[in-house]
Amino acid sequence: MAHEEIDKVTGVATTGHEWDGIKELNNPLPRWWLWVFYACIVFAIGYAFVYPAVPLVSSYSKGLLGHSQRASALAETQAGQAARAEVGKGLANASLDQIKNDPKMLEFAMAQGRAAFGDNCAPCHGSGATGSKGYPNLQDDDWLWGGTLTDIEHTITVGVRSTSPDTRMNDMPRFGEDGLLDAKQIRNVAGFVLSLSGSSVKGADVEAGKQIFAENCTSCHGEDAKGSHELGAPNLTDKVWLYGGDEASVINTITHAHRGVMPTWGGKLDPVTIKSLAIYVHDLGGGT
Amino acid sequence: MRVDENVTTGGDNYYAAAKKNYPAAVSGRLRTIKWSVLIITLGIYYFLPFIRWDRGPDAPGQAVLIDMAGRKAYFFGVEIWPQEVYYLTGLLVLASIALFLMNAVAGRIWCGYLCPQTVWTDLFFAVERWIEGDRRDRILMDRAPMSAGKFMRKSAKHVIWLLIAVGTGGAWVLYFGDAPTIVKDVFTGNAAPIVYIWIGILTFTTYSLAGFMREQVCLYMCPWPRIQAALTDEWALNVTYRTDRGEPRKSVRIGERAKAAGEAVGDCIDCKACVQVCPTGVDIREGLQLGCIQCGLCIDACDTVMHKVGREPGLIGYDTDMNIARRSEGKPPIYRIVRPRTVLYAALIVLIGGFMIYTLANRAFQGVSVLHDRNPLYVNLSDGGTRNGYTVRLINKRPHERHFALTVSGLPEGFTLEAQGVAAASGKPVVEVAADTTRELRVLVMVPNGIVLPASTPIEFYIVDTDNGEKASTSDFFKTAAPN
Ligand code: SF4
Ligand code: SF4
Repeated sequence: MAHEEIDKVTGVATTGHEWDGIKELNNPLPRWWLWVFYACIVFAIGYAFVYPAVPLVSSYSKGLLGHSQRASALAETQAGQAARAEVGKGLANASLDQIKNDPKMLEFAMAQGRAAFGDNCAPCHGSGATGSKGYPNLQDDDWLWGGTLTDIEHTITVGVRSTSPDTRMNDMPRFGEDGLLDAKQIRNVAGFVLSLSGSSVKGADVEAGKQIFAENCTSCHGEDAKGSHELGAPNLTDKVWLYGGDEASVINTITHAHRGVMPTWGGKLDPVTIKSLAIYVHDLGGGT
Repeated sequence: MRVDENVTTGGDNYYAAAKKNYPAAVSGRLRTIKWSVLIITLGIYYFLPFIRWDRGPDAPGQAVLIDMAGRKAYFFGVEIWPQEVYYLTGLLVLASIALFLMNAVAGRIWCGYLCPQTVWTDLFFAVERWIEGDRRDRILMDRAPMSAGKFMRKSAKHVIWLLIAVGTGGAWVLYFGDAPTIVKDVFTGNAAPIVYIWIGILTFTTYSLAGFMREQVCLYMCPWPRIQAALTDEWALNVTYRTDRGEPRKSVRIGERAKAAGEAVGDCIDCKACVQVCPTGVDIREGLQLGCIQCGLCIDACDTVMHKVGREPGLIGYDTDMNIARRSEGKPPIYRIVRPRTVLYAALIVLIGGFMIYTLANRAFQGVSVLHDRNPLYVNLSDGGTRNGYTVRLINKRPHERHFALTVSGLPEGFTLEAQGVAAASGKPVVEVAADTTRELRVLVMVPNGIVLPASTPIEFYIVDTDNGEKASTSDFFKTAAPN
């Protein structure tokens, strides 16, 4: 340094800079501070060698440890799966009722069921399991094929009108399309069916409809029209309608019939997942 | 590169070596107070975790405990749940106002007497003096070449320092688990890795901060000096060299000659005892400065000197610059501890502390919170009724199992309430909640066909202890399809 000016008051050299008559003192850093700074530089260099750091043309430097976030995330996932398999083993051997009554297994089954529902069932039944027209609402107390734990497990396993040889299956005749009933008869029977749950169809002869119902529909829906879980026949006296409970919808259903399909999940999902799903769905709103 | 001890040079040096202080031993009134504070605070720190407190069979029996796994903090009869963590906020607010009050009364008194850095550094200095001797011996020994004796002494000092440091970290972990068990586990090698990691971290920080960094922590690392210096005012008592009395300083001999010649002579004999005892290496005679932590040791040193030369003590004392000015003008000094600022701080402390004690004393030992199902908001049932689902969490803060009857108000007669997996007694589900826990339940509320409700009806969930009638409630809504 060519010129060194010493400040009189402090005895410290100035940097030579001056602003409006104020001069900056050249007070050096404490030594330990500087060491920490150097240590950080050394650390950074070491870090760059040990961990991935430098972007290259088509890849990046892998580092001495070969560390990768992806690999450690995968390892963690695997560890998680292994841990789940432990509890899962317990589920495999337990009955649905046992699971329901064991808080630990129940918690696990509920979590797994919720996740599996979102992955597999939500596209049709909705993320809240409320279904939509043609897709049953699983939150309510109305069950086509039965709402007990075993019923639900069975329905999930074999599906409805699916490709499984054991599938749940029962088709409603196409009364209008196949000429089994004429338009007036359909109107009358629709009137009767709707009267059971307190609505009506304009211009329908309910008495005549009752007669037609007794001749054509009771084999599946029962004398009292309360349906049957064995046959998957809907209860026509309640206020829940899968394909709509208004005049036009009911007439349409009788004329063309609906044959909703649910895939078979047995084989696609493992039995433990299906158990968990049954527990979860049953817990949504209960059912018998 | 050799750096002269007394000159800070700029120029080509990129760093300045820290000047090592060799504070001399001192005794006196304030030193005694500092020893007492040291013994009391360290005593509390090391022994508090060993105090037992009976909370029943299911709760930990340690008086002061932060139970991370159980997510609770215990302080004697007080038990803090995570949702009550605002008590911690309250404590922090109290702590800062207490600091303001200390500042308004006596400047950076926290720094000088209570700060952990001060307390541990003081302890480390005591060890150093005990083994290496006082200021002169230490300076001479540091200059002397390494010898067997020097090596022995230095090693002994570092061993004891490290022992204290390990003890510091060791005591810290005792607050996070059962203290006697941890002590046993640490020595038998069975403690969790995190325990050893924390002991290691605090051993390192104590050893380096109290053993080597010392006053540099106060000067370069700690933000408090800046804040505290800004908080002090002209009424605050600060360790002050009474220039009005001390100047012009002259050694005893020169002073006598000057006095004989009729010249003015101050009481300061320029013996530098005050500088030699200062743990931060400050010359208090230059006035109040950042480096001064207000420990008062220079007061003790100067009082001893004054006693020896037969002059009045108090050449350095807790005083204000304002008083120095007043005395030089011949006016009497004024001391005013009680003034609006201190009264306000004290009142705030009493108010906030009182409020915290009041809320603690009246805190409910049960609670309920409710989360309404969002997807769907309501379910239409086959009989035409409507059902709403809720997730209800019941909280039992008592150390024994309790039974709560669960009800809902705000709905017309005829509704039903069902807590899944819970038996109902006389129409109300009675939920058992284990000691000191929360229990989550799915609750379904059903309104039958025929009752017409608006799209949203405000309702209230109640839980009532079936034994003593203590209750808690929270509000929510019952949703239906809007009537058309
Ligand atoms: S100047 Fe006095 S009060 Fe301040 S730090 Fe030094 S010895 Fe303590
Ligand atoms: S100890 Fe007292 S007399 Fe000695 S230099 Fe300090 S102020 Fe002056």
